[in-house]
Amino acid sequence: MSVLVYAESSEGKFKKIAFEAVSYGKKVAEQLGTTISVVTINADNTSILSDYGAEKIIKINDEKLNTFNAKAYADVVKQVAAKENANVVIIDSSNNGLYLAPLLAVNLEAGYASNVVEAPSSTSPFTVKRKAFSNKAFNNTEIKTDKKVIGLAKNSFGLVENKSSATEEDFSPNLDDADFNVKSTSVDKAKGQITIADADIVVSGGRGLKGPENWGMVEELADILGAATACSKPVSDLGWRPHSEHVGQTGKPVASNLYIAIGISGAIQHLAGINSSKVKVVINTDPEAPFFKAADYGIVGDAFEVVPKLIEKLKEFKAQNA
Amino acid sequence: MKILVCISHVPDTTSKINFTDGDSKFDTNGVQFVINPYDEFVLTRAMWFKEKQGASVTVVNVGNPSTEPTLRKALAIGADEAIRVNAEATDGYFVAKQLAEVAKNGDFDLVLAGRESIDYNGGMVPGMLAGILDFNFINACIGLEVDDNKATAIREIDGGKETLSTNLPLVVGGQKGIVEEKDLRIPNMRGIMMARKKPLNVIEPISFEATTTSKSFEKPEAKGAVKLVDADNVGELVDLLHNEAKVI
Ligand SMILES: Cc1cc2nc3c(=O)[nH]c(=O)nc-3n(C[C@H](O)[C@H](O)[C@H](O)COP(=O)(O)OP(=O)(O)OC[C@H]3O[C@@H](n4cnc5c(N)ncnc54)[C@H](O)[C@@H]3O)c2cc1C
Repeated sequence: MSVLVYAESSEGKFKKIAFEAVSYGKKVAEQLGTTISVVTINADNTSILSDYGAEKIIKINDEKLNTFNAKAYADVVKQVAAKENANVVIIDSSNNGLYLAPLLAVNLEAGYASNVVEAPSSTSPFTVKRKAFSNKAFNNTEIKTDKKVIGLAKNSFGLVENKSSATEEDFSPNLDDADFNVKSTSVDKAKGQITIADADIVVSGGRGLKGPENWGMVEELADILGAATACSKPVSDLGWRPHSEHVGQTGKPVASNLYIAIGISGAIQHLAGINSSKVKVVINTDPEAPFFKAADYGIVGDAFEVVPKLIEKLKEFKAQNA
Repeated sequence: MKILVCISHVPDTTSKINFTDGDSKFDTNGVQFVINPYDEFVLTRAMWFKEKQGASVTVVNVGNPSTEPTLRKALAIGADEAIRVNAEATDGYFVAKQLAEVAKNGDFDLVLAGRESIDYNGGMVPGMLAGILDFNFINACIGLEVDDNKATAIREIDGGKETLSTNLPLVVGGQKGIVEEKDLRIPNMRGIMMARKKPLNVIEPISFEATTTSKSFEKPEAKGAVKLVDADNVGELVDLLHNEAKVI
């Protein structure tokens, strides 16, 4: 018996969520009194995983796996799980993680709990806490099967440094032609920008900003904070900002440490997408805007006056804390 | 082409979320149930295939009799027939098993489902269904074309999108983009009248033991009141974010 973590990488580099998944896996392994193995696919610098508690790193290097492919990756993780005799497998909640986890669960005939936010409250019965109802509640779920797949919600457990000395080994999976029945023909990625999914800070603008020509200050604010930019639904519907920035129930979920909402009313469908952000700041002229009920910090004021001042103050802050 | 659209019956987003029986059950009192928003997008895409390319569209739900109005609404939007698998939908794996049985017995080529349902947000069923059926699978789909046996799809990836090609039979987990919101359909009077005459078949579930059980629900801790900062003193916000919230 062991715990297996899939550590996601992109172009050889681990994502932060990979370290979070390993941190979580270490905790679960401790609770079960067992060891933790981590599987990597075409990743460089794998030894860094031992900073978060990895005890055994299983490295797969195969050109056929250069582009993510859910079925092939699920097959590979299954083979490693069998080899490691793993009964708990942990997958992150990136778009790729969410794609491969249910396939893996069927491969392993495992019960699958997604959106898990905490270490198991009990390992016998095996009970985990998951987000439900668009973050308006949690559900405590018991996984009853011998094998278990856990989908870890982003930014929920955090990174826990836990230095270990890990052994590393190479593994060559058996890949079937059928694994590649779905082919990637092209990838279109925004270059150089911080994406909403990966960002620690998100700066978001709503209809209160009046028009696309006013987004300069939003971008400037985001730039100083190293943040991603986002928007409410009407803003993307009006074509002021690209659809990829639309946050909310019908758009993207945000699980950042800080979410700054400028000129956004805070309608329930918008809040559904940002509830799992840790700290929320609202800037709005209307003191009755529902966002003030959801936010931690707020300024009642005109964005066109407040945001430039905020930019100025942050510049001073950066200069002092550089 | 035979299309199966999986329909989840979920509380409307604006519903108050409460629990009963010692926080073990969702309180449906006064809750408005709707077609899961993601499912509405894929259902609309199915209607497009039906009208433009010729296809039959069956909608299916795993649920107790209370979900039938939701299936009737899907029929009113234009689906040809509906199936209800008469079982409580308590576990994603269980639901996927039931849906797979329906898909297999009906010889469907294309199975469309929403990326996730907004009640448990599990995102489990489409992928599990594909795994059980051993069909090709595309998740988080924001564009889909089918030509004969070939499908071209676009899926959302972190920070962008990816174009994929594959063959039928295929399971798709879809979301906004597979059609635009302005193209969603509201059932009209004629559709509602016609829906009454369309078949809604109830079938019994196959036996499969659920892999997970819901033990209890919790609500997030009540949030403290917002801390207001004066618009003339923006520096205080920077200070609070640094020293108190420790996020910058
Ligand atoms: C089924 C469904 C799904 C939906 N999904 C989503 C979703 O995913 N995401 C989403 O965002 N919405 C969604 N919505 C829409 C949602 O209900 C709201 O309409 C939307 O979030 C409002 O956006 P907004 O706050 O930018 O615009 P508005 O409602 O126009 O609010 C603008 C705010 O800006 C403030 N303001 C104006 N001028 C200034 C200024 N100079 N300085 C500061 N503040 C100012 C106003 O006081 C107001 O509070 C959905 C709706 C439905 C029915």
